[in-house]
Amino acid sequence: MSHSASASAALAHEETHALESRDFGFWLYLMTDAIIFALLFATYAVLSGNTAAGPSGRDVFDLAHVAGETALLLVSSITFGVASLFLKVDRARPAVLWLGITLLLGLWFLVMELSEFSGMIAEGAGPQTSGFLTAFFTLIGTHGLHVAVGCLGILVMMGQILVKGGTAPVRSRLNRLGMFWHFLDIVWIGIFSVVYLPAVL
Amino acid sequence: MFGRLTIDALPFYSWIAEAGAMVVVGGAVVSFLLVTYLKAWKTLWFDWFLSVDHKRIGIMYLVLTLIMFLRGVVEGVMMRAQQAVALNSDGYLPPMHFEQLFSTHGTIMIFFVVMPFLTGLINLIVPQQIGARDVAYPFLNSLSFWLTAAGGALVMVSLVIGQFSRAGWTGYPPYSGLQYSPNEGVDYWIWSLMISGIGTTLSGINFIVTIIRNRCPGMTWMRMPMFTWTAFCASILIAFAFPALTVVAAQLALDRLLGFHFFTNGDGGNMMMYANLIWIWGHPEVYILILPAFGVFSEVVATFSRKRLFGYDYLVYATACIALLSFTVWLHHFFTMGSSANVNAAFGIATMIIAVPTGVKIFDWLFTMYRGRIEFPPAMLFTVGFMVTFVIGGVTGVLLAMPPADYLMHNSVFLVAHFHNMLIPGALFGYLAGMNYWFPKAFGFKLDQKWGVRCFWLLISGFYLAFMPLYVLGFMGMSRRMEHYANPEWQPYLIVAAFGAALILASVACLVIQILVSIRNRDALRDETGDPWNGRTLEWATSSPAAPYNFAVIPEVSDLDAFHSQKMEAKAYQRPQAYEDIVMPKPSVLGIVLGGLGFIIAFAIVWHIWWLAVAGLAGAAACVIYRSCDDDTDFVIPAEEVARIEAAHLERLTPERQHDMRIYQPSAHAAEPVLEGGRS
Repeated sequence: MSHSASASAALAHEETHALESRDFGFWLYLMTDAIIFALLFATYAVLSGNTAAGPSGRDVFDLAHVAGETALLLVSSITFGVASLFLKVDRARPAVLWLGITLLLGLWFLVMELSEFSGMIAEGAGPQTSGFLTAFFTLIGTHGLHVAVGCLGILVMMGQILVKGGTAPVRSRLNRLGMFWHFLDIVWIGIFSVVYLPAVL
Repeated sequence: MFGRLTIDALPFYSWIAEAGAMVVVGGAVVSFLLVTYLKAWKTLWFDWFLSVDHKRIGIMYLVLTLIMFLRGVVEGVMMRAQQAVALNSDGYLPPMHFEQLFSTHGTIMIFFVVMPFLTGLINLIVPQQIGARDVAYPFLNSLSFWLTAAGGALVMVSLVIGQFSRAGWTGYPPYSGLQYSPNEGVDYWIWSLMISGIGTTLSGINFIVTIIRNRCPGMTWMRMPMFTWTAFCASILIAFAFPALTVVAAQLALDRLLGFHFFTNGDGGNMMMYANLIWIWGHPEVYILILPAFGVFSEVVATFSRKRLFGYDYLVYATACIALLSFTVWLHHFFTMGSSANVNAAFGIATMIIAVPTGVKIFDWLFTMYRGRIEFPPAMLFTVGFMVTFVIGGVTGVLLAMPPADYLMHNSVFLVAHFHNMLIPGALFGYLAGMNYWFPKAFGFKLDQKWGVRCFWLLISGFYLAFMPLYVLGFMGMSRRMEHYANPEWQPYLIVAAFGAALILASVACLVIQILVSIRNRDALRDETGDPWNGRTLEWATSSPAAPYNFAVIPEVSDLDAFHSQKMEAKAYQRPQAYEDIVMPKPSVLGIVLGGLGFIIAFAIVWHIWWLAVAGLAGAAACVIYRSCDDDTDFVIPAEEVARIEAAHLERLTPERQHDMRIYQPSAHAAEPVLEGGRS
């Protein structure tokens, strides 16, 4: 179908409306995700004392390691923000570069988390050990899974920016991915203060 | 290679399992042959399965509903028949089958009958009621449907391959845990809920955004039709509550698949947490099921009383109140868990408070009828039947809300009678009313009234006969879910209940006949104008069935009963100066592909076929990434095409086919003004 001028105008108008709707809907999606995390936090609060004669948080948590993870995640939020700003002023290449840095930080975070997990399992503190560790691995693991999905999203967005440049749909998608990424930061701060700090202090 | 799936999973161990499997396989084969015979595969695939049109998706939801409803009703009748004969005998159903029956009956009726029924009607009607051309995310809508269908298919497949859960529709651990239910049954239950639950969550988000962002100019919040309001509140409940179902199902799945200790007896698990988590979803779910039905009743009662809805404002506030309060009462499902008396009292009082806004609604509907010119098509019969019957259920609910009384009646058939007394009139009557009311909007012809009336009377009398005895039996101490029993005093009541179940089965037969007869007589029942009932809201301003874009020109609204006032002012059906190009979403194959992959992933996990689950997940990720890179998702219907479709519609709208609005003039002997409920 050949597009007449009026048809193109109609398509453009519809696109603007659709992109705004998607931003709004994504906030709602994040809210549903927040409820998932809220219930996992609640589960952890209920089960955190049920160590079943196994190790407790004080025995297995290493605050220095966790501080490293926290730093990586917080810095990655800043680098994501820089990437967003570059795309806003139509500088695709620096945007991709900063997204790449964000991706590396995210992957580094995942590696640290997996090493923490494998270390705990090797010590006999795996998720099958007790209610406490079940809740711990599920909460942290769900967050880690989200970070992994976010990394995949960053990879896809780097490709899209390189191929398409900063078109309106691409910017809108990067904006939503950014919301997701910063949201994971907030969840992590919750994890740090509810899971790690009280157990070690 | 095939995990724990072996040849033993085939149903050759009992005649009941074989019969169930034969019905499923036979039904699939017959449908396949029928579509082939009609040479309809191409139409079915391109115009329906790939469609992202909210009206077609709505109709597909209704087809899914009907199929699952037939199974759910038959299961209920089978259980009633067993209890009617199982005094000091084994009856005809072994415990293994009886336990699966009460688990699938509840699961199917809630997740795959009422949920798709209301989602289908919302899909079909809400965009037209708010003067929109489609939902906010048409593709997501298609995906939601296919995920729901995948969940339903998983429940159906469990009849042929392996067994379903025996742990009841709420699947309480530790019984549903690995220790006591090691086979695949509970996994079927978990994963059918999980994939359909994701679909439902996405639907909820979709409708919230649609209703907030796609209303036509002039449609302020307090001019939204009542059905749209209830759909909006139910969607908010979905978005808030369904994540809890996802969490609790995932936790149970982790317990069962990886040996975690969320709900196990030993090693620090806590099964009481399961009760809390599932009812944090489960109680709002009750209102998700019922609120849109309240919306249907509001539309139907106003249309067929030929009056503006009484107390619209209060209905809106009552709906919002119920939505809010529904999150504050979940603990009443397990008063006997042993929380302190003060906690139980707080939740008991919160529960009773919900009766207040619900009562407000009942009075609003009654006053709408007061001094109206009432007509009684099937939709209105269901509405009146609901008002009478639902109040009884509400009163028994208030009884159960008292913790001391609940200690006596908990887990008895009194409870079974209570929630059937809420959901059959509250939800089923509502959606059947909605089906009778909106069927012409979906298909272009009305449903046969005679068979609709028969369906109603059989259903309501069957309901009373089937469930009133259960109240009595509850007081006599009969527990729910008994496969056989030794108390001869119970049997007469159970025989009456079984007779009632047979009447309900007959009413469902009438429903099927009603649809078939209507299809045969469709020319006589044709709805030429798009407004068969002299309706009040915007969905009746479109043609029946509506054009793909619903409205050629987006309407402007200045009143609650937007279409009614247009007709009163003779402003309906106006021909615009010129038509414009209309942008519509392109059909997509990815909805059905992702639904299919969802089914494969779930099936693979149920049977521990890990390579298949991983492959399915990778495929699903690839589909999502592909879609996220696609910028070309819309197409344009040119203005000439729009003009051609609209001209054909306007040609059928001859003046003699339009409604005579003079009936709304006050008649000579009406001494007092009509009650309008505080709204001028």
